[in-house]
Amino acid sequence: MDIFDILGPVMVGPSSSHTAGAARIGNMARALLGAVPVKARIHLHGSFAETGAGHGTDRALLGGLLGMKPDDLRLPFAFEEADKAGLDYIIDTIELREAHPNTAVIEVWDKTGRRLHMQASSLGGGRIMVDELDGISVSFSGDYNTLVVRNRDAFGAVAAVTGQLSRMRINVANMSLCRHKRGGDALMVIETDQHLRPSQVETLRRINGVLSVTYYDKEEDEYAAFDEMDR
Amino acid sequence: MLHSMKWIAERSKEKEIPFWEVVLQSDMEQREVSRQQSVARMLTVWQAMLEASYSYTGDRRSVSGLVGGDGMKMRQYQLRGRSLSGGYVGDVIAEALSMAESNACMRRIVAAPTAGACGVLPAVLLPLCQRESLTQRQILEGLYVASGVGAVIAHRASIAGASGGCQAEIGTASAMAAGALTAIRGGDSDQICHAVAMALKNLLGLVCDPVAGLVEVPCVKRNVIGAVNAVSAADMALAGIESRIPVDEVIDAMDQVGRRLPVEFRETALGGLAATPTGQRVKEKMKRI
Repeated sequence: MDIFDILGPVMVGPSSSHTAGAARIGNMARALLGAVPVKARIHLHGSFAETGAGHGTDRALLGGLLGMKPDDLRLPFAFEEADKAGLDYIIDTIELREAHPNTAVIEVWDKTGRRLHMQASSLGGGRIMVDELDGISVSFSGDYNTLVVRNRDAFGAVAAVTGQLSRMRINVANMSLCRHKRGGDALMVIETDQHLRPSQVETLRRINGVLSVTYYDKEEDEYAAFDEMDR
Repeated sequence: MLHSMKWIAERSKEKEIPFWEVVLQSDMEQREVSRQQSVARMLTVWQAMLEASYSYTGDRRSVSGLVGGDGMKMRQYQLRGRSLSGGYVGDVIAEALSMAESNACMRRIVAAPTAGACGVLPAVLLPLCQRESLTQRQILEGLYVASGVGAVIAHRASIAGASGGCQAEIGTASAMAAGALTAIRGGDSDQICHAVAMALKNLLGLVCDPVAGLVEVPCVKRNVIGAVNAVSAADMALAGIESRIPVDEVIDAMDQVGRRLPVEFRETALGGLAATPTGQRVKEKMKRI
């Protein structure tokens, strides 16, 4: 925890867990879908279900899906913005076993019909955790730039991806491998210190055995630009 | 790092630098940033507080309809010039209400240390800034001291209502604000510590009992008590009054009290005001929204 976790975040109220965290979860789903969502099914669990309406959790999740950050002044008007953007959505409640009280399950589709199924929780102070992706248990927070690579579970796939990252001079901060129980597909979640350019993500997509790559670019503090100019 | 108030105070004496400078240097070290980078970021925090205050009009209501407009009522009452609290403290009350209400009504605020307690620190700083035209340096002093105090409390105790009750949110915010005011008015490190200790002591045991689980009732008005308490603690410290219990021990006591608070009084909306007949009715009504 640093002093800007004490004075901050700058956010739209009323709750860092139920509003700011929810917006970040929506953002994450949009990034991992890798496209503009046209249809969304949002299911709220636990405290999100109980107090979500009063905390604007529903608006914040939807706003996040529309690309709004936790400090976006349009968040209170996310329902209207979704209608304007032509996003077809429903929001309902769900009861999960052994999930964090602030959990949302989000299903989103892009215009080509590609679907992402994500379960994520809001841990407090705006911090989040992605718990499940397309039926595979995962655990990452979005505190780093995050690559989600789906690949065929075969020799050399991990080495090919990490080798390529090393050639791009991208440092891996954390990495986990998760395998689907039934199929032959595997999931790599790679957290990196550096940002990736779209062309670099594209290069990873072309690696043999890689089925798809999506990328979440860590929320940039507005001062980052400042920081770089300073140096 | 920022693990005890004593450490900050001692370091400030050893190196002959003010309290806020210790916090600033610690931030530079921890996040590996330059002085300019740290200060630039702190100024964006201040900017966001100013914007939230200036853009407040009092016309928005919370989703539940329980909160909104009281900050404007208090501002207008202040303008009539007959408030019991007088100029500065009256303005502090109005600002605390406006900011906390803004949070409840989905306007943009700065969590300090939490969204629910966001009104306390700006409530004491903004009116002072207006009345005494504080320099940017003084404002930074106040903000760094406040953030350092909050960091110590977060480390030794808690700043979440769910773990420590309202004393952890409004109590911490009040302690931060008391430290900031004392620093701005020229208090030394010891005086800052006494102000923080007194502010926190006076709110020990405060329970978190939000009606319908929302950050509205009693949260918005609790920001007022946090802010006014901070002003009185800072004035006492600046007058030379000392806390008989050292500040780090007070923080540890707050942690102990928080741990022993029944779960009903830690943000679960099962006890206190949330459990009153009226509180229950609001909860039922919210289920239908």
